Amino acid sequence: METNLCVAGFGGQGVMTLGKFLASATCDSTDKNVTFFPSYGAEQRGGTANCFVVISDDMIGAPLGDVMDDLIVMNGASLHKFLPTVKEGGRLFINSSIVDEKEIDRKDIQVVSAPVTELALEMGNAKVLNVIMLGVYIGYTEVIDPEIVWNTVEHKLSKKPKLLPLNKQAFEKGLEIGRSFR
Amino acid sequence: MARTFMKGSEAVAEAAVRAGCRFFAGYPITPQNEVPEYFARRLPEVDGVFVQGESEVASINMVYGAASAGVRSMTSSSSPGVSLKSEGISYCAAARIPMVYCNFQRGGPGVGAIQPAQQDYLQATKASGNGGFEMMVLAPSTVQEAVDLTYKAFDLADRDRNPVLLLADGVIATVMEPVELPEMKSDEEVQKIRDSKYSWACVGHKLDYANRSWIQPGQWDTVKMQKENEIAEELYKSWEKDVMVEEYEVDDAEIVIASYGISARIAKSAVEILRKEGIKVGLIRPITVHPFPYKSFENLDYSRVKTILDVEMSIPAQMIQDVELGVKGRCPIETCLVSGGNIISREAIIDKVRALVGKEA
Repeated sequence: METNLCVAGFGGQGVMTLGKFLASATCDSTDKNVTFFPSYGAEQRGGTANCFVVISDDMIGAPLGDVMDDLIVMNGASLHKFLPTVKEGGRLFINSSIVDEKEIDRKDIQVVSAPVTELALEMGNAKVLNVIMLGVYIGYTEVIDPEIVWNTVEHKLSKKPKLLPLNKQAFEKGLEIGRSFR
Repeated sequence: MARTFMKGSEAVAEAAVRAGCRFFAGYPITPQNEVPEYFARRLPEVDGVFVQGESEVASINMVYGAASAGVRSMTSSSSPGVSLKSEGISYCAAARIPMVYCNFQRGGPGVGAIQPAQQDYLQATKASGNGGFEMMVLAPSTVQEAVDLTYKAFDLADRDRNPVLLLADGVIATVMEPVELPEMKSDEEVQKIRDSKYSWACVGHKLDYANRSWIQPGQWDTVKMQKENEIAEELYKSWEKDVMVEEYEVDDAEIVIASYGISARIAKSAVEILRKEGIKVGLIRPITVHPFPYKSFENLDYSRVKTILDVEMSIPAQMIQDVELGVKGRCPIETCLVSGGNIISREAIIDKVRALVGKEA
């Protein structure tokens, strides 16, 4: 069993962090193989950023798969770029605050939408949109135990304890939305 | 053993520190900036020295100096940076200085593309500088293997008093994977390694002309120079025993993929999928690309093997020249290639193999 996930959005939306949290949590809590592969190059804030996470019971061949089981898109440009890579029956997670659901021209995939930009602003910090989306993804897929994912987030943020309550709130909100789509 | 989730370039640096590397000099270049960054933080913790040189040329010469003083030393770069270092690498080889360096390869000549590629195979294995010297060249296909080979590289370098090259790419440098890190050598062990180099290294000798150490990159005397080259050749020939190769599903294979490093890893997963379709395909993956595992290709049963498929992230294909030396014209060699920083796709390999056996998906 191998799951290929692509996370894509604007640079600055925390897509790398989202992927890394998920991959780290997998490494910490399971004996599965996992890779996190970031796009790199002449990247800049406001440009596009994406990363690939592969989780597998067996050896992982390509850290960058040809076909995605899951796709998380945080902006419109990423939807257009990566939607064709999602397999039939695959799962798409969109930031519906800025990604227009009407532009999804496929009927053969499951769509989970969450207005994570707006939700983050309501919580008072636009930066937590990625943690909300992480919650949405985990809540819907249950690919790993939410508690383990939160432990990883908590550990990674241990140097900034002031941010923990907000991130916890963001993660919980995401889980709730993800579960509501099940 | 506990797994740590690490980025390839950081894992390589940590493995080097654990192997007793106490000096690193380098100059930043994508995609391996995390190597010097990690050393900058880590080496002071173990009383080591990190220097960001003013250039690649300066950095390799600092490594030349530190390694001449018996310290396990390392540098790292990406294709054009490695070319700049080639003078110093050649000097290290001439003076028979053990050191380890990494090349996280780029996508073409000149500045190349900064994305992952395998465009430096021939430079790495045949001529990493002037003068016809050779080095062991180790080519990892996973972060774990990069860690294990880096750790081993220091032992090989010291054993042979010769540079060793870790030949990787931008995927290995930037991907994060769980790794099991090797044991940290104690301060005593690190000191013991340095002391063991007393016979040749500048570790602090008495003022005694006859017994002083003498680091010399070349000889003025033609007889002496020829002798040094002959001694070096003996060493290079002795590496046949050090060949490392992975042969996967080769025993009954009719199509054998030849591939190394990151593309071999992707090819291996293609073999797994193709085997489930009943296609008899295997993989020969050189782990040492120099010395090259010619025997693995020489020993194939060519009444069974119909085609060798050379898979590389290089255009034109480069490793194919070594594959040909092993195959000796006994079967056709086809290629499946990408270049310029594009990562080879598993589907492309699968399609090529299906086409070779005349089978549609």
